[in-house]
Amino acid sequence: MNNIFVYCETEGGKIADVSLELMTKGRELADTLGCELEAVVIGHNLANVEKELAEYGADRIWVADDAQLDPYRTLPHSAILCGLFKEEHPQIALMGATPIGRDLGPRVSSTLHSGLTADCTSLVIGGHKDNKTGKEYTDLLYQIRPAFGGNIIATIINPECRPQMATVREGVMKKEKAAKPGKGELKTIDWKKYVNDADFAVKIIERQMEERKINVKGAPIIIAGGYGMGSKEGFKQLFELADVIGGEVGASRAAVDAGFADHARQIGQTGVTVRPKLYIACGISGQIQHTAGMDGSSMIISINTDPDAPINKIADYAITGDVNDVIPKMIKYYKQNSK
Amino acid sequence: MSKPLKIVVLAKQVPDTRNVGKDAMKADGTVNRAALPAIFNPEDLNALEQALILKDMREGSTVQVLTMGPPRAADILRDAMFRGADGGILLTDRKFAGADTLATSYALSRALVKIQPDIIVAGRQAIDGDTAQVGPQVAEKLGIPQVTYAEEIVSLSDDNKEIIIKRRLDHGIEIVSSPLPLVVTVNGSAPECRPQHAKRVMKYKNARTPSELQEADNDYLNSLCACKEYLNIQEWSVADVDADDNQLGLAGSPTKVKQIENVVFQAKEAKRLTAADADINELMVELIASHTLG
Ligand SMILES: Cc1cc2nc3c(=O)[nH]c(=O)nc-3n(C[C@H](O)[C@H](O)[C@H](O)COP(=O)(O)OP(=O)(O)OC[C@H]3O[C@@H](n4cnc5c(N)ncnc54)[C@H](O)[C@@H]3O)c2cc1C
Repeated sequence: MNNIFVYCETEGGKIADVSLELMTKGRELADTLGCELEAVVIGHNLANVEKELAEYGADRIWVADDAQLDPYRTLPHSAILCGLFKEEHPQIALMGATPIGRDLGPRVSSTLHSGLTADCTSLVIGGHKDNKTGKEYTDLLYQIRPAFGGNIIATIINPECRPQMATVREGVMKKEKAAKPGKGELKTIDWKKYVNDADFAVKIIERQMEERKINVKGAPIIIAGGYGMGSKEGFKQLFELADVIGGEVGASRAAVDAGFADHARQIGQTGVTVRPKLYIACGISGQIQHTAGMDGSSMIISINTDPDAPINKIADYAITGDVNDVIPKMIKYYKQNSK
Repeated sequence: MSKPLKIVVLAKQVPDTRNVGKDAMKADGTVNRAALPAIFNPEDLNALEQALILKDMREGSTVQVLTMGPPRAADILRDAMFRGADGGILLTDRKFAGADTLATSYALSRALVKIQPDIIVAGRQAIDGDTAQVGPQVAEKLGIPQVTYAEEIVSLSDDNKEIIIKRRLDHGIEIVSSPLPLVVTVNGSAPECRPQHAKRVMKYKNARTPSELQEADNDYLNSLCACKEYLNIQEWSVADVDADDNQLGLAGSPTKVKQIENVVFQAKEAKRLTAADADINELMVELIASHTLG
């Protein structure tokens, strides 16, 4: 009772990375609180998901496996989750800040009248004293997130309502198997008792999902281009450099919006969060929404014609110059020196 | 003949957090929120456009814009009317203050119960909070379906019973059908909103809320609004929407802000290099030597 629950997304019967990242975080929080970690998987063809989830520390895995439940649809999934939560009373519920979690989370929190904080960048357990009532709380979930376009960092708590719900973007938390696997007890959800026909009123007529080939998140070296790259043509230099030094190409939102690069490459508040060992920012001004997604990089090199570009404030090396001049030189001198 | 639709757009006036210029920065490197201009939340404009497209599809349909906010939020209602909306409703009351998304959704849902629309269209999220919660929570409070991340309303059946919508997800698209009524939340990738129309600006520029009229205390405006129904922006309080105080504002908000930290833009000393061959060569040698590269 009063455990931590993670709603796990699946695609093609496989647990999404973001959900495993939350399991990793959930395990850590459960250890701090001395409670158990439980996973909820709703979808189809879910044989063996409990094995992987146990490796990530799940003590209990709740599964609803039916063709009608895959792909995700709001109403059946929220009805099942609400039904289960009403019986199991989790103290904390986590889900990915993805198109699924951001669709499901608010619906569930509204039904249960529990607070929900979107896009948390950090989750910590702590206490609180209410100044008005003098009431003291222990073991609350601090839901920490940027707000106001990243210009402030807010710590949100839900002192009274349960579960304390939070969503977290992909790539923000680390994904790591638990030091000691969880108990891995498999539970089948008797989901039909929670769902009615009206919950299937919204129908998916067509679905086109792209394979995720681009993996900016996992790359140890990222060469990111901004609006200053000038064109899609200009971005080719970045791919060349990435090829030579072995990295992946990322982009700012302005570059994505201008059509220079694919959305999957976008880094920042509304893109992926990355923390490579080397980040080369080419023609990127360094607005807070961008830096929010990369300022954890071990080393940052910026190339910008403007010596006062904000990116230089967080850069280790600031090259003042034109990308069209500097990038070919980088390729040339890397090749010359790397043998 | 297809029946006209009653469409409501949910919109919010927000501080423009996108371009925090030098004037909005305080000496300590934090943002002076009061110095940011108040704008129509960008994705709510995408929502307005989808609503206007629907209106164009069904002759005789109406688009009302509903916003909750302080009295000055009437500005975005006028803006919406200049672009094609038929009218606006401002939900304003001190009791709404301090609301989190759940209390906000409750208040909006009370107003929507009074309006009884066929379709509710909202922006996916507001740029001051980026939570994307209000749309789905309003749908839940009303007990109707939601379609989030909408990019295009593809079609509506002749009997107004089924709507087909294209959704834009992170890694693909989905086309879904839903019965009415429903809540649709619209993505920034949807078409931009049509601009203000000169004729509509002339027609609606004197539109005012009752409070604005009182404040202006201007006989001409008063008589104008008295004889032209369409110039009256409605203003609703808690009492007007029959809301339960306990579910409003701070009291109705499960989430509390424990702490706010201003982000300080700290300067760290970067090593400065030029584009000269010697500088780039030296940098590459250094990166290779430190095993950062290769
Ligand atoms: C809610 C919200 C979410 C957002 N999310 C994100 C996000 O996830 N990711 C993101 O990146 N942005 C995001 N943004 C947008 C962000 O605020 C900036 O607008 C964006 O990051 C700017 O991209 P940029 O640096 O490429 O373009 P610009 O700001 O236009 O900068 C271009 C830079 O290139 C330099 N330059 C020009 N020509 C050259 C040249 N030839 N050689 C070298 N340098 C040159 C210029 O000096 C300038 O510094 C978000 C904004 C909002 C409001």
